[in-house]
Amino acid sequence: MNIIEQLDKEQIEKLAKDIPAFGAGDTLRIHVKVTEGTRERIQVFEGICIARKNAGLQSSFTVRKISFGEGVERIFPLYSPTLSRIELVRRGDVRRAKLYYLRGRTGKSARISEKTDKRTPAGTVEKLPKNTVSTEAAAVAETKKVAEA
Amino acid sequence: MRTGIIAKKLGMTRVFSETGQDIPVTVLQIENLQVVQQMTEEKNGYTAVQLGLKNAKPSRVNKPQLGHFAKSKVEPKTHLREFCVSSENLLEVGSEVKADIFKIGQYVDIQGKTVGKGFAGVMKRHNFGGLRASHGVSVSHRSHGSTGQCQDPGRVFKGKKMAGQMGNKIRTQQNLKIVQIDADRGLILVKGSIPGSKGSVVRVIDAVKKPQV
Repeated sequence: MNIIEQLDKEQIEKLAKDIPAFGAGDTLRIHVKVTEGTRERIQVFEGICIARKNAGLQSSFTVRKISFGEGVERIFPLYSPTLSRIELVRRGDVRRAKLYYLRGRTGKSARISEKTDKRTPAGTVEKLPKNTVSTEAAAVAETKKVAEA
Repeated sequence: MRTGIIAKKLGMTRVFSETGQDIPVTVLQIENLQVVQQMTEEKNGYTAVQLGLKNAKPSRVNKPQLGHFAKSKVEPKTHLREFCVSSENLLEVGSEVKADIFKIGQYVDIQGKTVGKGFAGVMKRHNFGGLRASHGVSVSHRSHGSTGQCQDPGRVFKGKKMAGQMGNKIRTQQNLKIVQIDADRGLILVKGSIPGSKGSVVRVIDAVKKPQV
C-alpha cells in the first residue's frame, strides 16, 4: 500500500460513521450541517441517489430531487464531515449503475419501483434509521408492560 | 535566511478539516535528508548548505561522488541540492533535517520541474482558438492566425506566442499553505497543486512573499 492510500485509509477510519449500504435508485435523506454565521443547523436533502462513485476517500454520490418543479442535484463527498447522517428511506429496483436517464424525465416515467429482496428480508430491517427501530422497540416494551399490568 | 528542503512529490489527495472543509493537498515525502556539505564565506565565498535526499546504494553512485559523501561521513544520497543560508543558520554536516522544520499553517514556495508536453501547438500551449472547421480553411485548423502587421513594422515582435516546447521547465508555485505535518513518516501535506510529476524531486523554502513565522 502506498503512502497516499495509507493516508486516505487513516482518514476514512477517523471520519468513520454509519453509512448504510446504498446504491443508485435508492431514496436517501441526507442530513447536512449548515453554518450560518456562528450558528450551525441541520438541513435535510431528500431525493433519489442517481449515481455513486466508489473511490476510497474520494467516494461521492449524487442525489436528485424535484424541488418546486425544478430538478435539483447535489453531489456529496461520502466521507465529508458536513454530512451528519445518511438515511436510507427506500430501496429502488434499477438495472443501471448511473441513472442519468432520469434527468430527461418527470412525473410518472421518472418513478422507480421499490426493491423487494426476497432472499434477505432481514437485511432491509437492519438498514432502517436507528431512531425508528428504537421507537418500535420502545412501543413493544410498552405494550408488554401494559399486558403485565 | 534558513535552509529549505528537498522532497519527493508523492501525489495528491484530499483532507477533511475539523470544520468540515474539504482541502485538496499535495503529499511530499522526506527521506534521510541530511546535510552533506557546508559552504562558508572563507572557503567558498558564500554561505550555503548542501542537502542530500534518500540513501542510495553505494554501487549506484559513481566514485567521485562516493568520495564526496565519504568526506562528510554521510551515506550516499540519490539527490543533492544547495540552499543559500545566512551564516547563523548554517547546519552541521551530517545533521538530519526533518519535516518539522516547517510549521502547520505556514506558507512555503515550491519549485519543481513541470510535466513536459513536448513541442506543442498554439492551441494547447497558449489557448489560441485555432481556425474555422469549414468555410474554406484547409489543413490549418489548429494553426495560429496572423503573427503581425504589414511592411511597417515589417517584422514579428519579440515574445510573440507561437508553437514550441511546453512544460519540462523549472517553475515555482508561491504561497502554498502547509496543512499537515507527519515528522515520523517524513510527510508534508501542502494545500493545492505543485509543479512536477509524481515521484519528482522539488525544492521547498519558506515563502518569500509572506512574513516569516
